[in-house]
Amino acid sequence: MTKSKADEEDYWNSSKFKAFTFDDEDDELIRLKESRQAVNSIQRLVEEDDDEDDVEKVSWSGEPVGSISWSVKETAASNQRTDREPAFPKIPTDTPSLSKSQSGYSLSSLFKGKTKGGNFQSFTDTLSDSSIRLYAPELRKPKSEYKDYVSDWSPEETIQRLQQGKTAPLEKFRSLQDKLLLLDFAVSAHDGNVITAVLIYLKRTLSKEVLFRELESRQTALRHFIHYLTETKDQRLLLELLRALGRTEDVALLQYKEHLSIADENKRRDFLKSCLSLPFSAEDSAHVQDHYTLLERQIIIEATDRQAERGGKVEIFQKFPRRASILNMPLITTLYYCCFYHYSEPEGTYSSPLNIRQAFKISEKQYFVTALAARAKLKAWLDVDALFTSRNWLGFTRKKSPLSFQRVVDVLQKNSAPTQVLQDYVGLVEDPDMRISLAQKHKCHDIVINTYRDMKDRQQLLGYRGKVGRGSAEERKIDELLNNQQIRWKN
Amino acid sequence: MAAHLSYGRVNLNILREAARKELREFLDKCAGSKAIVWDEYLTGPFGLIAQYSLLKEHEVEKMFTLKSGRLPSADVKNIIFFVRPRLELMDIIAENVFRCHHSSRDFHILFVPRRSMLCEQRLKEQGVLGSFINIDEYILDLIPYDGDLLSMEYESAFRECYLENDQTSLYHTAKGLMTLQALYGTIPQIYGKGDCARHVANMMLRMKREFAGTQNQILPVFDTLLLLDRNVDLLTPLATQLTYEGLIDEIYGINNGYVKLPPEKFAQKKQGEASKDLPTEPKKLQLNSAEELYAEIRDKNFNAVGAALSKKAKIISAAFEERHNAKTVGEIKQFVSQLPHMQAARSSLANHTSIAELIKDITTSEAFFDNLTVEQEFMTGVDTDKVNTYIEDCIAQKDPLIKILRLVCMQSVCNNGLKQKVLDYYKREILQTYGYEHILTLNNLEKGGLLKPQTSSRNNYPTIRKTLKLWMEDANEQNPNDISYVYSGYAPLSIRLTQVLARPGWRSIEEVLKMLPGPHFEERQQLPSGLHKKRQQGENRTTLVFFLGGVTYAEIAALRFLSQMEDSGMEYIIATTKLVNGTTWIKSLMDRIPPSCF
Repeated sequence: MTKSKADEEDYWNSSKFKAFTFDDEDDELIRLKESRQAVNSIQRLVEEDDDEDDVEKVSWSGEPVGSISWSVKETAASNQRTDREPAFPKIPTDTPSLSKSQSGYSLSSLFKGKTKGGNFQSFTDTLSDSSIRLYAPELRKPKSEYKDYVSDWSPEETIQRLQQGKTAPLEKFRSLQDKLLLLDFAVSAHDGNVITAVLIYLKRTLSKEVLFRELESRQTALRHFIHYLTETKDQRLLLELLRALGRTEDVALLQYKEHLSIADENKRRDFLKSCLSLPFSAEDSAHVQDHYTLLERQIIIEATDRQAERGGKVEIFQKFPRRASILNMPLITTLYYCCFYHYSEPEGTYSSPLNIRQAFKISEKQYFVTALAARAKLKAWLDVDALFTSRNWLGFTRKKSPLSFQRVVDVLQKNSAPTQVLQDYVGLVEDPDMRISLAQKHKCHDIVINTYRDMKDRQQLLGYRGKVGRGSAEERKIDELLNNQQIRWKN
Repeated sequence: MAAHLSYGRVNLNILREAARKELREFLDKCAGSKAIVWDEYLTGPFGLIAQYSLLKEHEVEKMFTLKSGRLPSADVKNIIFFVRPRLELMDIIAENVFRCHHSSRDFHILFVPRRSMLCEQRLKEQGVLGSFINIDEYILDLIPYDGDLLSMEYESAFRECYLENDQTSLYHTAKGLMTLQALYGTIPQIYGKGDCARHVANMMLRMKREFAGTQNQILPVFDTLLLLDRNVDLLTPLATQLTYEGLIDEIYGINNGYVKLPPEKFAQKKQGEASKDLPTEPKKLQLNSAEELYAEIRDKNFNAVGAALSKKAKIISAAFEERHNAKTVGEIKQFVSQLPHMQAARSSLANHTSIAELIKDITTSEAFFDNLTVEQEFMTGVDTDKVNTYIEDCIAQKDPLIKILRLVCMQSVCNNGLKQKVLDYYKREILQTYGYEHILTLNNLEKGGLLKPQTSSRNNYPTIRKTLKLWMEDANEQNPNDISYVYSGYAPLSIRLTQVLARPGWRSIEEVLKMLPGPHFEERQQLPSGLHKKRQQGENRTTLVFFLGGVTYAEIAALRFLSQMEDSGMEYIIATTKLVNGTTWIKSLMDRIPPSCF
């Protein structure tokens, strides 16, 4: 949507916020154009040399040639022709220049206290060996490593070994006290991996009651245990644990989440029904109830409509075949669907839009936008009209809307409403400036002319005369107004 | 190749080289020809460390993506799995190994960034653990991303820390910082704000004690480390970034340093050729400071990019015009020798002009403007306590859910929680329009503190905003004099904290620090005598700012701006768990809801 220049300036000036403005809008655009032109003119000069561009080569898939993700695809593709080596484009091999980087030691060696990896030293590795001596800090091994030969490790030493990725038997810790010590050391080491390892051991060797009780006073370990159960999808134990901890809302949400993995709609509905009794917070409980009610309805509507569509007797399904099933769609989508296919049904049916509005307490605004969009899509302009018409106590009709009429025009225009429909609503836009800009955009000449007349703006009217067709009814109307002596023009 | 890493104040190429060496060592452990089976997620981060050529030098002949089923045939001795420690991946590996009938194959696993007992146990349960000759870990904690930027590329860090209370990512952070100190010297001063920051500092100090007796003899490169929790500043990532790089990320998403762009604008129109078939594959571009023009414009407010590009265009045009002046053989030679460089500059200019045009189309749209206006209203504290009609309209139009959530969360943060009535209204509208299963999403946002009911009647956001000068009325986008230019008025809270720490110090803002979540603290690490720096007069200090839970490109731009300010006396190096924007951040907090639900 492009707004006219004047229009846009109004918008800017009316805003409190000057920041990120496009004051120099034209300027900016010109600048981009300038650099575009420059680029294009240079292109001609150099295009024959394009292939020698110093820029990274990019393969057909858009990956830079030589990158890992590119090579994965490439070798996988070439795999069918095993006899052929994949041809790799010539790329400068980045030989590591150690003199420049001044770094010859590997990351893990810094911590593991090991100096060299495998036995297969490449040329560069040999090089780097000497640089280790030069640059690597003398890391002394942590104290614990000197005791590698001992097998009787204390809980603390066991944790340290685990942290270093070494084996250490946990089975020898049999008393509850030892096990808990192990856990506490693991927690104070902050290594999630080690904490989990100890928890797995504890889970295997302790009764649920004891484990749950002890975890309750160890929040960090508890969180890791919950994470572990979630990861391993041990739903049953997890729910038991949360219940034991009194974290009922979490239990409810976790159970509710299960419904996502149920594909069959009837089973899903039944499952949601079983969720209704779960201890949700008051507001979530209402939402889950709505979720269940919605699916229940969708199942009924889907069955009926599918049959009607197959039967071939209901006109609307023939004219506008359904694109997808309504099952598991959000509420507002369902409402739209019902406004489209079941608009005039009596309020008693499940698929009646009014019934849905009531049952789910849909806000007035939401209902209006949805009904408006659905009816406009069908070009049912009478329905659109009726949506906004209300009678006052004298029996006069007038148009009322919970939405701004500007938004109404917007929705109608998106559904390609004809000008005669649009102008009814453009005319109802309260703000005269907004009304004029909308009317100009949608070519509702009458409204523009009348608004200028009401504003007694002779200059604008005169200016607008140039925009309507020569000899048209609009031009005559403007001339009539301009010649009218009764109007006191302000300019 | 990775030269841009060594241009900065701190030579981050040292870190990259160390990582490459480690990789070579592992590959050489598996003697003979090899095929690598990749966890697809890892190819991006690995691309920042090594190219295929390095692997090829070490007898890697084939590479596949990890998929369930049978391994593709490959005539190699070793099959190496490069994987993250994820249980679901273990099941796939087990299937691969199980269905492989080559008896002479050697299997290996390289876990990135850490081994996991949980995973090994799963392999054991599946009965394949014994098939592996090597099970190793590749510590890829901090990946050099650019000359002044390190990222762990750990997407779920925020979610794990604040939703699941899983502190594994913090452990990796601490380990990464220890590596960094081993290479660049002990960092004498540590500051921090937030619970996670406190944890990381504790772990670092403890790890240092474990190596007691070991003296790091490297002259410290960093003077200060600042650890910042993302939840200290929830507001900044929610706002739309307005720097060039920030907007590229907001609109197209930058992933592991690459962006994919719609190809139409990049079609090469050659003379005489009428409309060729337009390419349908997205155009993929690498973005980093190795590209001179990009380094120049990435951190500018987008409104200043047009001018910079046209200036560059003039320079390049003039340089090409020089050829007419080249008369002597020497001059022509000189011109020709400069051609490759000029062509690279020309192609870079062409790309960025195209990108700027693409972005301009969006930033000049009504939708973009309306959204920005509402954001700025919230950030200045206008009507944050009522239901916002723009948000309402966006829901009614079924705009993308994440856009709605960004705005609602922003309103909540700027109002120190929403009134119960307002919160309930939003929730209802969202669930009705986008599906009830998003009860889970909303609950996650509440757990993460992004969305919450107002508990006290006192809204302290205005105090924070005023004290820290988070809103600057007269942000100068063209020639900025304050960091607020990165959001055209809003100065990111996180960066203000950083700025104040450098001068005049946090003591001046005690009150505000207490309003923000988590403790703030200061620690000192003893340096061996002789390693105390004797500072030259006028020499800048260097601070490493670590964002736990993610950082945005606009925040990075703001820090670079501070580094460049003449009188700041401070240079910043940035580290983070992951580069984020509002969209990727909120997405990481949503439960994986199967697409069948839409």
